[in-house]
Amino acid sequence: MNQTGSSSLWTVAWTFGVMSLFAVGGANSAIPEIHRIAVDVNHWLTDKQFADIFAISQLSPGPNVLIVTLIGYQVAGILGALVATLAMCGPTAVVAYYVSRLLARSTHATWPGIVQAALVPLSIGLMSASGLIVMISADTSIAAYSVTAVAAVLAFATRLNPLWLLVAGGLLGFAGIL
Amino acid sequence: MDERLVPATRSPVGLGTLFLAFAKMSLAGFGGVLVWARRAIVEQHRWMTPDEFNETFALCHFLPGPNIVNLSVVFGARIRGIPGAIAAFAGLLGPPVLIVTLLAILYARYGDLESLRRTLGGVSSVAVGLLFAVIARMMLPLLKKREPLSLLVLLAVFVAVGLMRWPLPTVLLVSIPVSILLTVIIRRRAA
Repeated sequence: MNQTGSSSLWTVAWTFGVMSLFAVGGANSAIPEIHRIAVDVNHWLTDKQFADIFAISQLSPGPNVLIVTLIGYQVAGILGALVATLAMCGPTAVVAYYVSRLLARSTHATWPGIVQAALVPLSIGLMSASGLIVMISADTSIAAYSVTAVAAVLAFATRLNPLWLLVAGGLLGFAGIL
Repeated sequence: MDERLVPATRSPVGLGTLFLAFAKMSLAGFGGVLVWARRAIVEQHRWMTPDEFNETFALCHFLPGPNIVNLSVVFGARIRGIPGAIAAFAGLLGPPVLIVTLLAILYARYGDLESLRRTLGGVSSVAVGLLFAVIARMMLPLLKKREPLSLLVLLAVFVAVGLMRWPLPTVLLVSIPVSILLTVIIRRRAA
């Protein structure tokens, strides 16, 4: 798995650097592309490992984007983890800095509102694709699909802390019920 | 500086304070940092009014990349310039990256353990459910507005990326201009 070497580091940096600029609507929208590149194109991870890593990233504190930190580690160790994180967060941070300065000068522009409204259906569509892709890798039994459905309903309808649902899922899995 | 951008409190904020504030909200944020960011920036420290916060977040949401990371940079820069942006960015990402890297090391070593695999499997089944709940929440306003064209764009992107597995850049290159055009048409018709 750990195909260490500068060439894979460059691939990680380039891949996530470019991807960050296409992550419209946040990290969860980029999951289909992250899956495509990490599992299908580069074979850095198996489908099952991808589901595991998604679970770990949801269990960890901090922004959801840290799923790329875990992938970077799988590819090239600690350096890979750092490079993947910086590549995924750095370029857009620079873009955000300059755009916010630009907009601070021209205050009454209407196009940011239009672009924003136009991006909403796109990012929901991308997140739905994320849900589908992770569901296919994560759920392998009817019991697992039921847990997904129950978690979705509970999280939608109640104000339960998501962490408890994640812990409950872990316990069910540990007990071998799924 | 535009007066709308003047923060709610005018006393200078230390770089260390900025770093610690973002580290705290990041470490508190299981399954999303935004709620904690709002609480810390608007309610606890009074660095921004609710309106300023919404405006800043809207901007960061429409820019590409992880929203909360963009927010840390834009917010840090407004408070203390480039050093402020770096302090907020480092606070938001530094501590959780350490934790996640530790977890990655543990996973690489023990990931083959049957009990761990089963446990993670259960966690990911729930995590997918949580994602669907977020999607449903986001879709509600869209359904209420009854804009079939927006829903069509949503569906097209879902099919292209989720079912056809086409590369994201290609899909966005087509769908972003189309969606902007449709939004302009819808707004003209409504006006």
